[in-house]
Amino acid sequence: MKKIINRPEDVVREELQGIEAAHADLVKVFYDPYYVVRADAPVKGKVALVSGGGSGHEPMHGGFVGAGMLDAACPGEVFTSPTPDQMEAATKAVDGGAGVIHIVKNYTGDVMNFEMAAELCRSEGIEVESLLVDDDVAVQDSLYTAGRRGVGATVLLEKIAGAAAEGKRPLKEVADIGREVNANARSMGMALTSCTVPAAGKPTFELGDDEMEMGVGIHGEPGRERMKLAPAHDIVELMATAIVDDGPFAQGDKVLAFVNGMGGTPLIELYIAYNELNRFLTGRGIEISRNLIGSYITSLEMAGCSITLLKLSDELVRLWDAPVKTPGLRWGV
Amino acid sequence: MIQTFAVVVADNKTYLTELDSAIGDADHGINMDRGFQAVVAKLDGQVSGDIGATFKTAGMTLVSTVGGASGPLYGTLFLQLGVATAGKGTLEPDDWGAALDAAVQGVTARGKAEPRDKTMLDALIPGRDAYHQALADGASFADALHRSAKASEEGMKATIPLVARKGRASYLGERSAGHQDPGATSSFLLLETVADTWSGDA
Repeated sequence: MKKIINRPEDVVREELQGIEAAHADLVKVFYDPYYVVRADAPVKGKVALVSGGGSGHEPMHGGFVGAGMLDAACPGEVFTSPTPDQMEAATKAVDGGAGVIHIVKNYTGDVMNFEMAAELCRSEGIEVESLLVDDDVAVQDSLYTAGRRGVGATVLLEKIAGAAAEGKRPLKEVADIGREVNANARSMGMALTSCTVPAAGKPTFELGDDEMEMGVGIHGEPGRERMKLAPAHDIVELMATAIVDDGPFAQGDKVLAFVNGMGGTPLIELYIAYNELNRFLTGRGIEISRNLIGSYITSLEMAGCSITLLKLSDELVRLWDAPVKTPGLRWGV
Repeated sequence: MIQTFAVVVADNKTYLTELDSAIGDADHGINMDRGFQAVVAKLDGQVSGDIGATFKTAGMTLVSTVGGASGPLYGTLFLQLGVATAGKGTLEPDDWGAALDAAVQGVTARGKAEPRDKTMLDALIPGRDAYHQALADGASFADALHRSAKASEEGMKATIPLVARKGRASYLGERSAGHQDPGATSSFLLLETVADTWSGDA
């Protein structure tokens, strides 16, 4: 294992210290338990958004705390859900009296921990709504699985619901907008290499030099199929076909296209993937009217990318374009 | 017993994590070890005559230190053991039976899993059932604990061919078959530790 760390057990704390040192104008960091809140929290009369998840996906979620996006983020250990005491403390710290929304990616651990936290908060009179993100088409949704995983749509949902909350929309409206984003977004990822959890010290999975994992999860979970490495054209076509065929996308639709790096893939390759995606969608009569290209929901140093498409309405476009000022995403300010 | 189990978890940290890397996200041993180290630290120097209170402290500590799915599930398991044994200074055979019932109920409610979903329950339920059966057969406390551990081990091994229907392993579908469930494995280790630790006192 080659990483720029001191000790594996200190990775999360020292990362938080770095964020605190770098972005004190935007966020405040708490250490017992771990959570990050926007510098001006709690904002009176505003619905507060709290997200959280394992660390190792940076900039998600701590990098998305700030005006126009999240009010708080709870970082767990690497690839491990945070705990209910973190979520409860974060919820109380950002509650501005208009209710709190928990944004939960659909993983068994995240769901159970947020459930326990929501029970604790409600028992103390805080109004809490949960928004579940489950956009990964690589996983079949059925009664016999834990359901689809939450991946790339999380970033888009946090931005768009964050803009709605910043506009002082009421709890139910913000939650409905979040659900609309989740319902209209689909994602799929792929990996060229594995990743190594610092505490494990060894790669999570093995992948041959000439292989790729299609449909990989953001924790290095195996996907749909292990395949021979293919050109960007074929890789993007496979992913985009799976997404478009599964989602609510039709000829004439406008979409937000999000090409995301998994952590170890350079921007040059993401632009090549975006070019292929643009051609593919043009061929299907789908127009990309907004895009996001870069590494925003990562899996440590894994090489690979994911594609997320979100069908846009005029309202979603307005909320996407609204100002945002966080360490990881910033425009219009 | 809890301190002994913490040592067992530490000894099996790599093994549990390896099982988890086959069908999960390669952190079960790491998370369980972090949680039980925290439990040991919390209990250190505390002399409690109340077994229930000790289980409860362990449960609360696990909930706030383990994370993942194991945190709420093992936290709930120990909290329920604590509720069932509240105020008791020693455990009679029937007390442990009631505690196992409460633990299985708690884990079921939290995780919403059913038998043969390839989870902790596949080791816990056979362990509980064998314990009750052993007592009904007139076995001693020590024998009942050992039969419970043995049944739990068989349940754990029986998870190998199962296709997971809960948790991260369920995403693999058929590819989850052929691997032993890490949660069932740690649950077996717990019941085995209980048997090894308590059978001497019976």
